Amino acid sequence: MSDSSAPATSGSAAHDPNGAPGAALTTADGVPLKQSLNRAIRRSRIKALLLVAPLLVFIGLAFVMPIFDMLSRSVDNPEVSTYLPRTSEVLVDWDGEGLPEEAAYAALAQDLAAGLKERNLGRVASRLNYEKSGMRSLFMKSARRAGRMEAPYKAALIKADEDWEDPDIWRLIKRESSPLTASYYLAAVDRQFSPTGEIVEKPEYLQIHVSLFIRTFWMSAAITGLCLLLAYPVAWLLATLPASRGNLLMILVLLPFWTSLLVRTTTWIAILQQQGVLNDMLVGVGILAEEARIQMIYNKTGTIIAMTHILLPFMILPLYSVMKTIPPSYMHAARSLGAGPITAFRRVYFPQTLPGIGAGSILVFILSIGYYITPALVGGQSGRFITNFIAYHMQTSLNWGLAAAIGSILLVVVILFYLVYNRLIGVDKVKLG
Amino acid sequence: MPLRSLLAVAVAAAGMSAGAAQAETLNIVSWGGAYTDSQNKAYHEPWEEKSGDTVVNIDKSSNALSGLRAQVQAGNVTWDLVDMLPSDALIACSEGLIEPLDPDTLFAAAPDGTPASEDFIENSLSECFVPQIVYSNIVAFNTEMFPEDKQPDSIDDVFNLEEFPGKRALQKKPINNMEWALVADGVAPEDVYEMLDSEEGIERAFAKLDTIKDSVIWWEEGAQPPQLLADKEVAFASAYNGRIFDAEVNEKQPFSIVWDAQVFELDGWVVPTGKLDKVKDYLMFATDTQRLADQAKYISYGPARTSSAALVSTHADTGIDMKPHMPTYGPNFATAIPKDDEFWADNLDELSQRFNAWLAR
Repeated sequence: MSDSSAPATSGSAAHDPNGAPGAALTTADGVPLKQSLNRAIRRSRIKALLLVAPLLVFIGLAFVMPIFDMLSRSVDNPEVSTYLPRTSEVLVDWDGEGLPEEAAYAALAQDLAAGLKERNLGRVASRLNYEKSGMRSLFMKSARRAGRMEAPYKAALIKADEDWEDPDIWRLIKRESSPLTASYYLAAVDRQFSPTGEIVEKPEYLQIHVSLFIRTFWMSAAITGLCLLLAYPVAWLLATLPASRGNLLMILVLLPFWTSLLVRTTTWIAILQQQGVLNDMLVGVGILAEEARIQMIYNKTGTIIAMTHILLPFMILPLYSVMKTIPPSYMHAARSLGAGPITAFRRVYFPQTLPGIGAGSILVFILSIGYYITPALVGGQSGRFITNFIAYHMQTSLNWGLAAAIGSILLVVVILFYLVYNRLIGVDKVKLG
Repeated sequence: MPLRSLLAVAVAAAGMSAGAAQAETLNIVSWGGAYTDSQNKAYHEPWEEKSGDTVVNIDKSSNALSGLRAQVQAGNVTWDLVDMLPSDALIACSEGLIEPLDPDTLFAAAPDGTPASEDFIENSLSECFVPQIVYSNIVAFNTEMFPEDKQPDSIDDVFNLEEFPGKRALQKKPINNMEWALVADGVAPEDVYEMLDSEEGIERAFAKLDTIKDSVIWWEEGAQPPQLLADKEVAFASAYNGRIFDAEVNEKQPFSIVWDAQVFELDGWVVPTGKLDKVKDYLMFATDTQRLADQAKYISYGPARTSSAALVSTHADTGIDMKPHMPTYGPNFATAIPKDDEFWADNLDELSQRFNAWLAR
């Protein structure tokens, strides 16, 4: 479809009165060959497009649109300007010094009364309460009185609640009345706007997200490392055992892979908890005293054990597919040329498995930073991931803007890892069996 | 287009048959477990028999507010009736997610003629919310975990690791835990919220929670605490009192409740915006005096109507007296703390953030 100009040129050639043979080849029914070919190509392109159309529509609806929605939600800030329209209009002209004029108070009183009647004031109240505790009740309480207020509104509102005498609250309303906000991203990295509008760190007792990001990454790295360590010999066995025994081993790898994630996670709870199978066994054979049962779950250990187990096949399969293609004769050749087993492995076998290591590692790492059910179930307080906070802000704190901001940051980090990986190893090297 | 006309006929026929039979499917959102069971027996099953409607239970109440917001924003509300806490109902109401409810036209009067607005517990009805029950957040323990002559009986014991060793399961949110920490630290139950409203009080609560932090397993679903207690994974667990009662009575678990400093609140119905006509009849049925008293036959939650309280008697299956198991029963109620919804509406965002940061340290 890109060469839409082509039929036009060939068309003019067809109408050439002196159409000499060779100037324009035509098909049996007189259409110039070039035009006919273009038609055929276009038709097959449309056919191909129609065949993939369901997938394209699906990806658009289920993938591109939600991501776009998430990105826009992380900066979207419609509440104050929509539900306090008069106030935000008046505040545009306010310089942020001292208290605003009577006009702003009058506008606010009107907005509050209207918002209470329309039952949408709660949205502003919730929005501003994210920025400053107590804003919700300040708004709801003032609104209940705003209907009966009379001029001068400044005195009336301050009488209703003396917080209206606080310039910081007005600055907050003014700042958040712009339709876009950076507040959610700041909150996602434990920062906030100071009353005067500078970006400052949150008090230490409120800082949580940055440490969770870091924990998510290092735990994912640890899980990836453990998976690699465990998967490498298994994959090697799979690739070198005779087919009959190799297949049996493959089934042992795949069977848990096909078992429900939830089943495997809860099984780990049954095994690892203090009154669980493993502790019972250790106590039973006398290795542990009854009081000294080990806490192996509801902490980092639990998350790392369960997730390593769950993600192991994602490491084994790419490694296996790469190892399968390495001819055993290379190692024989190295050994016969005098290399010891370690040298032969290090200089001949290992470098050839690098694409598999790369593919498995990036796969396990990206999957594991996105995990949230397993850490939620077995992670306790210290083994939770940043994803658990996305879920928390979606479902419990209802701060969807903040959830979107954290999600966007995670998305960008994943894309960065992917680009680095592509640079170092190349995506075309990924093989999954 | 024969296919289209066929569809049109089919749709019209479906519409007519629905209109003729008047049978509806009600999607009712609640908390699941023993609580939904009690609602099934007291409300849903009698209603299905009476009206021919079908009730579908959806166990989503722990995330009801986010669900309502999402459905309203998407313009596709599929829930017809939602069981909610009054604090969430206040927020949903102020955001226009749920319908205002006029008590005297929507709910039946008491048998003696007292209008509904005067029959429900004082101040329990709010603009968009009608309560069914009074329930309580309590701490329970497994009696087999402690010697018979030394069973815990106060909230202080929960914070006393030396005399009452073992893990504690607490709900992963600041509500209740902060209150209990302050009471265990010597604050009188009636002063708890005043104390919490100050920086000093918050620090004091966290400092007290610090003393048991390493021994706590944090739960998130109401079904977890009875499970953890039954497994003896924990010695104490905070829980909804009805779940513990259910495990004691129906599963014969050796549990006992520490009623000291129980934090009680209401729970009840809200109607998503636009659904009032559909659930009107059901709501009238499910909020009358007899129905609320019926629920108390199946679970140890006190009915929210004064006229129902007198009808509460014995457990439907086992015949045990329900009164001593109710949160409002005199001896249980002595040191009870009414949950302060306004305090939590204002401070939940910040204190949750602080609580989570504290957990992560």
